[in-house]
Amino acid sequence: MSGVFSPTRAKIKERTLRTDKWWLQPAITFGVLFSFIIYATFRAFENKYYFSEPLISPFYSPCLSTSCEPGSALSFFGQPFNNKYFGIGISPALFILIFPLGFRMTCYYYRKAYYRAFWLSPPACAVAEPHTKYTGETRAPLILQNSHRWFFYAGLIFNVILTWDAILAFRNPDKEWGHMSVGTLVFLFSTTMLWFYSLSCHTCRHTLGGRLKHFSKHPVRYKAWTIVSALNHKHPTFAWISLFGVAGADIYVRAVASGAITNFYFF
Amino acid sequence: MARKLNLRIWRGDSTTGALQDVQVDVNEGEVVLDVIHRVQATQMGDLAVRWNCKAGKCGSCSMEINGKPRLACMTQVASYDEDETITVTPLRAFPVIKDLVTDVSFNYKKAMEIPAYSPPADLAPGDARMEQIDVERSQEFRKCIECFLCQDTCHVIRDHEENKKSFAGPRFFIRIAELDMHPLDTLKNRKRTAQEEHGLGMCNITKCCTEVCPEHIRITDNAIIPMKERVVDIKYDPARWLGSKIRKRDGIV
Repeated sequence: MSGVFSPTRAKIKERTLRTDKWWLQPAITFGVLFSFIIYATFRAFENKYYFSEPLISPFYSPCLSTSCEPGSALSFFGQPFNNKYFGIGISPALFILIFPLGFRMTCYYYRKAYYRAFWLSPPACAVAEPHTKYTGETRAPLILQNSHRWFFYAGLIFNVILTWDAILAFRNPDKEWGHMSVGTLVFLFSTTMLWFYSLSCHTCRHTLGGRLKHFSKHPVRYKAWTIVSALNHKHPTFAWISLFGVAGADIYVRAVASGAITNFYFF
Repeated sequence: MARKLNLRIWRGDSTTGALQDVQVDVNEGEVVLDVIHRVQATQMGDLAVRWNCKAGKCGSCSMEINGKPRLACMTQVASYDEDETITVTPLRAFPVIKDLVTDVSFNYKKAMEIPAYSPPADLAPGDARMEQIDVERSQEFRKCIECFLCQDTCHVIRDHEENKKSFAGPRFFIRIAELDMHPLDTLKNRKRTAQEEHGLGMCNITKCCTEVCPEHIRITDNAIIPMKERVVDIKYDPARWLGSKIRKRDGIV
């Protein structure tokens, strides 16, 4: 017997005496994240309805495969990947999703969320976890959580690309500038939330100034650190909103590309 | 005006024990510690409870109230429904001594394992000068009253007794962070020992320590995660490692 049932601890048979709905938050987290995983997996493998000029799904951008729909690839990156490897067709999304996925998987906030909701370690504060052994993030595979900063840097590159996609959304299907549609607003919202999510990140906070010992010697970095620290308070909120923003942008592009709806142009 | 409160108190020692139901008068504005004292005065003369300041500043009356680690002196009875039974137990992460009193000596042993503040050798007493912006991060951690609620709720030791030998706990991670961020501390290996000796890597940042802190110290965001990032700087970031070799400094200035 270990944990709260250890021989020297108070003899209480319940795993927790909490009377509030402690299970509700992890249950909601599990439901939402699991739904997103199912949807994102489906979309990553679907390999269609991801482009409708000028909108490209954030799950497929940048499109780097030779199988990309005409006009969906950015000339800056080209199309370096084949559409098949070892005779197996590969969706263009699979070449890039590891980066945004890795950023979220190693994010300090999401770690809290999924350790609680999926791994029940612990399911909630002062609620005994079911595991008999625990080593935390000291060994493989969880020691790889320390790679978060690399995914953060990659995420910044993706943010730039998705920002460019949002700028391209000011064109019409004939590639003429100066137009604006519902898709433009969807992309602007999604991209803005992604920037807030990235810039409020704990690694960003550390990189900009947190690692310093003497703020007074680095006034600019100190200022940047204070701004990011203020954003950092809202990091969980930005994490969720940006997740919904990306999913929403993809759902919108899919609806337009499949012909279910028309991308309405304001001008 | 007084009303009756249904209270369940855990009574026992390290060998046996059980929750006992009592009914006790409670007055408007009283906290849980007040009604425990009334039970002690009127019904259970030998009830053991540790307390001191009754102002949320000494950290003595830590216990679990309806399953949540809390200070009894800072928990208003009125925050619960009038017909709700309030259950009080000792901290469940530490060995129980008697009734609501636990043996928290684990924490004092861990405190002794943290190397003390190490100012420059040539700094004479009274000569220390620091700018406010350089010390304000460390000052947040000095608010700690050592109630050990964060230690109690941390599942790394609460749910795994065997981890106590290799895990210092959130209270001591803020101590390490306080010193590592201190502008005049000269000890260079705090990051490495935090990871390799004090078990920082075992923390999976589920933030329960922050949730229960009565001083509202942002333990996870301001101490543990920054220390994890500093550990990444020296152990898991080849670019930083290379930079430190080329520039002949540790990059933390």
